[in-house]
Amino acid sequence: MAEYSAFSLLANALKGNKDWKPAWRKPDPKASYDVIIIGGGGHGLATAYYLAKEHGITNVAVLEKGWLGSGNVGRNTTAVRSNYLLPANTRFYEHSMKLWEDLSHDLNYNVMFSQRGCLNLAHTPAQFDDYARRGNAMRHLGVDAELMTPAQIKRLIPALDISDSARFPVVGGLMQRRAGTARHDAVAWGYARGADRRGVDIVENCEVTGFLRDGDRITGVSTSRGEIRAKKVAVAVAGSTGRVMQLAGIETMPIESHVLQAFVTESLKPFIDTVVTFGMGHFYMSQSDKGGLVYGGDIDGYNSYAQRGNLPVVDEVMSEMLALFPGLARVRMLRSWGGVCDMSMDGSPIITTGPLHGMYLNCGWCYGGFKATPASGWCFAWTIAKDQPHEFNAPFTLDRFHRGLVIDDKGQGANPRLH
Amino acid sequence: MLITCPYCGPRDVIEFTYQGDGNRERPNPASQNLDAWNAYVYDRLNPAGDHNEIWQHSGGCRAHLRVVRNTVTHEISSVAFVHGDHTSAARRKAESKS
Repeated sequence: MAEYSAFSLLANALKGNKDWKPAWRKPDPKASYDVIIIGGGGHGLATAYYLAKEHGITNVAVLEKGWLGSGNVGRNTTAVRSNYLLPANTRFYEHSMKLWEDLSHDLNYNVMFSQRGCLNLAHTPAQFDDYARRGNAMRHLGVDAELMTPAQIKRLIPALDISDSARFPVVGGLMQRRAGTARHDAVAWGYARGADRRGVDIVENCEVTGFLRDGDRITGVSTSRGEIRAKKVAVAVAGSTGRVMQLAGIETMPIESHVLQAFVTESLKPFIDTVVTFGMGHFYMSQSDKGGLVYGGDIDGYNSYAQRGNLPVVDEVMSEMLALFPGLARVRMLRSWGGVCDMSMDGSPIITTGPLHGMYLNCGWCYGGFKATPASGWCFAWTIAKDQPHEFNAPFTLDRFHRGLVIDDKGQGANPRLH
Repeated sequence: MLITCPYCGPRDVIEFTYQGDGNRERPNPASQNLDAWNAYVYDRLNPAGDHNEIWQHSGGCRAHLRVVRNTVTHEISSVAFVHGDHTSAARRKAESKS
């Protein structure tokens, strides 16, 4: 599958770049498939790719209501990390990290994965102790973590205000060196191409409008491009999970849809070469390869399906940015965008068989979906192929809430807007 | 986004605190019906469209409000006091006029 190489670049350059093939076909949907995946975002495409690659299931369609990658995979801040506290999360996200580390090679597509590190700043001794605890929990499970002093942090990020006169002085930080960023659109395109080359049909502009049933079993979907039957129907629609599950007659779910805004500044010269997060509020920032500072903060905090946000959060995020980097006060913001996140009741995802016969569900990513993309697809493909979870996603069931087995990394309780 | 508090009038959303889904019915504290408690704590309607919500005018009169807001357009179609006519606020208003 190695269509992209130094040689092919050179050969195509000499021939005027006329011979490149499209990265994926535009097939019409067939009447039936072994597996239909609803949602052509990062997770749906990764699921299709791993179904084909790991399990040999290639009679698969990915149905996307808009164009490919038009949802959350293109609406995030591109950070990738596995610095969690609870073992279920750590194992899952570390599996994702290992897949990220080989992803460009595996896909023969440069996803521009950059292990520039992710640094969480602590602003009180208690918070620093808490980070030490988290770092130890990570190292117990074989994940890299190191504590940093303010002096080390200042060397890493010269622009950061670590003085005692800062509004929230920096007392230390927790660094994961293997964390970093990836080019989000390339992740969608790379998985799409990888799945397409293995026979998966990626059907764009195909909105699912209902489910086909045989008794209490899901046997396919009705779409804006006709009815399509399938032995298995997998749902991976992120912020639209509530809407799609209502089409299947499931009125309530342990999730709420909220909007998360993100921002990018005009391009600057190299300013920061890591991902940094602000521990006294909620703010995270990195610099894209084009030079723009990419940053975000909290969700807007009330239910929303609008892919845009409101001004109070813009104000809040800018304030936090300036508390850390006063020197950015005169930098202009280039644009902002919003993604709809399905905030679960414990802040952790749901990857499961069911909840109906013939259906599989992947949702509840809160605002951590992007870094999970490879492991989410990998575990979901396993679950679909074998009708049971892999040990990495076995804790992430739909019924864990009612069974008292929540995975609440932040300890916020059943309050989606706080996760 | 503006929310029209029935007592204070239209105010910016920054004066308000979102208290979440207003559709939920808290079971009787003596109830031992676990399904009802689980549903109350974890299950949400999450509609794309009109949504019943509870907001508190925490930066104003502090009244709790029942708000119907469209989750796609952010349009607010009704605001009312959670507890009927909100007697204490109504009383203060009447006293200030007299």
